[in-house]
Amino acid sequence: MHAALGLALLAGGRRLGRRSFLVAALSPAAALAWAVAHAGGIVDGDVIHASQTWVPALHLSLDLRIDGFSLLLVLLVTGIGLLVQLYASQYFAAGRAGLHRLAGLLLVFTAAMLGVVTAANLLALYVAWELTSVTSYLLIGWTDEDPKARASALQALLTTGAGGLAMLGGFVLIGQSAGTYDLAALAARPPTGTTVSVGLVLVLVGAFTKSAQFPFSAWLPGAMVAPTPVSAFLHSATMVKAGVYLIARLAPVFADQGIWRPLVLSVGLVTMLTGGWRALRQHDLKRILAFGTVSQLGFLVVLFGVGTPEATEAGVVLLLAHALFKACLFLVVGVIDHQAHTRDIRALGRYGPGWLGPKVVAVAAGASMAGIPLLFGFVAKESAYDAFAHGGVTGSGVVLAGLVAGSVLTFAYTGRLLLGAFVPTRPGSAPASGAVAPIEPPPAPALAFWAPAALLGTLTLVLGLVPGLASGLVSSAADSLDPGVHPVHLALWHGVGRPLVLSGLTLALGALLVAGRVAVARVQSRVPHPVDGDAAYLGLVRGLNRVADRVTGFVQPGSLPVYTGVILLTAVVVPGFALLRSPFPDLPPLATGPGDWAAAGLLIVGGVAATVVRERMAAVLCLGAVGYGMALVFVLQGAPDLALTQVCIDTLGAVVFVLVLRHLPKRFNERPTVIGRTARLVISALVGVFVFVFIVVAVGVRVEPPVSTAFIDRALTEGGGRNVVNVVIVDIRGFDTMGEITVLAVAAIGVYSLARLSRREGRELRSFAPLRGPSSKPQDQR
Amino acid sequence: MRRSLILDVVVRVVFHSAFLLGLFLLFTGHNRPGGGFVGGLVAGAALALRYVAGGIDEVREALPVRAWTLLGIGLACATGSAIVPLLAGRELLEHFKGEVHLGPMGAAHYNTALVFDIGVAFVVVGMTLMLLVAFGERLPSLGNSWARQETGR
Repeated sequence: MHAALGLALLAGGRRLGRRSFLVAALSPAAALAWAVAHAGGIVDGDVIHASQTWVPALHLSLDLRIDGFSLLLVLLVTGIGLLVQLYASQYFAAGRAGLHRLAGLLLVFTAAMLGVVTAANLLALYVAWELTSVTSYLLIGWTDEDPKARASALQALLTTGAGGLAMLGGFVLIGQSAGTYDLAALAARPPTGTTVSVGLVLVLVGAFTKSAQFPFSAWLPGAMVAPTPVSAFLHSATMVKAGVYLIARLAPVFADQGIWRPLVLSVGLVTMLTGGWRALRQHDLKRILAFGTVSQLGFLVVLFGVGTPEATEAGVVLLLAHALFKACLFLVVGVIDHQAHTRDIRALGRYGPGWLGPKVVAVAAGASMAGIPLLFGFVAKESAYDAFAHGGVTGSGVVLAGLVAGSVLTFAYTGRLLLGAFVPTRPGSAPASGAVAPIEPPPAPALAFWAPAALLGTLTLVLGLVPGLASGLVSSAADSLDPGVHPVHLALWHGVGRPLVLSGLTLALGALLVAGRVAVARVQSRVPHPVDGDAAYLGLVRGLNRVADRVTGFVQPGSLPVYTGVILLTAVVVPGFALLRSPFPDLPPLATGPGDWAAAGLLIVGGVAATVVRERMAAVLCLGAVGYGMALVFVLQGAPDLALTQVCIDTLGAVVFVLVLRHLPKRFNERPTVIGRTARLVISALVGVFVFVFIVVAVGVRVEPPVSTAFIDRALTEGGGRNVVNVVIVDIRGFDTMGEITVLAVAAIGVYSLARLSRREGRELRSFAPLRGPSSKPQDQR
Repeated sequence: MRRSLILDVVVRVVFHSAFLLGLFLLFTGHNRPGGGFVGGLVAGAALALRYVAGGIDEVREALPVRAWTLLGIGLACATGSAIVPLLAGRELLEHFKGEVHLGPMGAAHYNTALVFDIGVAFVVVGMTLMLLVAFGERLPSLGNSWARQETGR
């Protein structure tokens, strides 16, 4: 339904302009209403199924299945989708071109994302997954006149696309060894073995690229060139969660297999730390948020990837919390960007009256992100610490330490974000601030503009104060992932325990980092930043281009003799090997009468002469003689049709040759080197011997009666003609003939245009002429 | 323009017979040697003869149609005869045959495969014409072509 409306908007929404977002909002609104209506049932444990056969021959069907976890994501996707559409209708200037395209693409993306989170089978999931990649590409590159946007879009597409391919490979490995692609069936009877382990690693690669995990995280900050509504929706709240979703789905089942757990944990932790570290270097509000998202995604991957019930539950909570506060922050940043026309924290800081609302919202969301008590982010972080505090998994101490460090960084970059956005920079406080002048206080935004952000912020606050509200949703989501999860009761106050101590530690250290942010910046400028995925990506793309260039240069030298030689050699070598292994039959009688000898003599003399004469015209005439010799053979063998055609073609061919030859030098001026001559001789000899042996063998090994006998019988009865050859041409093999005459017409038009073209370019015809062999085309036909 | 009188006269005589021969081959093709392909080639050769005698202008005079048109008609005939049975609920390229009674002139066999064959012939003639036009324009005869081509354009 989304896809249909989205495509309709793409096609016809040009006139709607800004209002197209409002039209587009209807669709997620409807889906949201539907999901809410069914939410009660699903939370109680129902599962909604829908199935649509797709490619019956391959047993492919589009199975949708909504359980608790899917419901959570459906609610997020449609809810935030709705808010983002409303927000976008305020964000963009009314007259901007291409808005209907943006709205339509957002809708198509929504549809694809819903497909990902509701797909019940791996292949349907893969298709929806790739659709999100493609729509993400189009959305990042929406400002298509900006080369940076195009480059970023391409980077995102290549990274996620490559991951998607790896994932498909993994899906196939897993699906084939399990005998099913159905997610529920896989969870019930998980396959094991090396194949499955390899498949899992491949699937993880796909998930990592999508969720911007460590080696593949470079595309996400780049994707921030997209308009802010897009960033808020795709690149913080929904699409990047697809990888997390997949990991969450598979982890309870596969976490103990192969290198799943060490891989996921290390990648997630490294991502969390490097993302947080790099967020502290940024000056652009959106880029701070982007690296923050990378870091939070690492967090989510760790939580879901472990596969223990407690961690899964914590992951679900964090997933919800993160979607709420990150989308909210993005929307506020969009408001600031829209009003102030800059996102640089060195310039921002002074605001006029009327900004209190957005400020409060941002602070609330930021506090949630930092994990400050009374907000939902705190609840999420508490449960995460709780999950690892009890041990249970090897290395949980290290993981816990990593999580705390990551959370400290999160606190620090949240501080950087909020202080940077809302507190004026004191002169000289930051070493690099000199270049950017502070701006005048921007005008206050309209209430309708920041209302969506406010709604999300309020949710964060309410859920933080009364976490029990989300308990049902969270426990049904966690339960559908892993039946081992106990019913959860989220609470603000868990009592004094290790998690609370850790939270306190996080807050203290984070506050320290914020207070000492000048020192932090100084340290950062000294330390070379960690391995940069961007550089790897650029190097890879450049290397690929260079290799492609070399390969093209090698296989396309532009020399006709080389092309011909390669073609002929291929024709000889490939079937030649098969020939060598087949028995050589007795030679059939070579000549049956004086006529044969005469024809053979004509052929041999003509052929040899054509190779030795140095004048082009003479060579053509020799070839003509060969052709007439062939016609003579046909006559003697009782094939008047062939003979007639052969004579006509040779006659016409000679005329056309003459026409072409007028544009060429009279003689063959090229004198090949010794090597060239030898190569030509060898190739010619090989081709000759090969064709001779091939014909002899082919005639000798026939076991079935030739098809022509059947044709002869059918020609009169079915084709209604006595000339078998012609009946074959126009009736029995009529479809072939149709293709051939089409080729003939296309070739004629091609030759004509080439001749015309080169004549217009004057004398350059000379360089084109050798490429044309128009007279040889009719011979190819018959 | 230097033209050979004998060639001129002979070509005038032979051209129509050659063209007719092509037509004959086309129509007789279903039962005796011939067919659309050969018929088209013979007609094309007749055109080439005109070209040898009088250059491209004479070819135009003999066949005042553009090469595109011939190619198009040919392809349309062939494809049409292939598709029409499909529209009529038969198989692709299924041909119909039967007899028409022409009163005192007797009965004539017909076979819709002929339409297809005519299409083939049209394409072949069109291709020949196209080659002649492509390479032979503005060079009236072959005799002095070697010298002329050096003048360039």
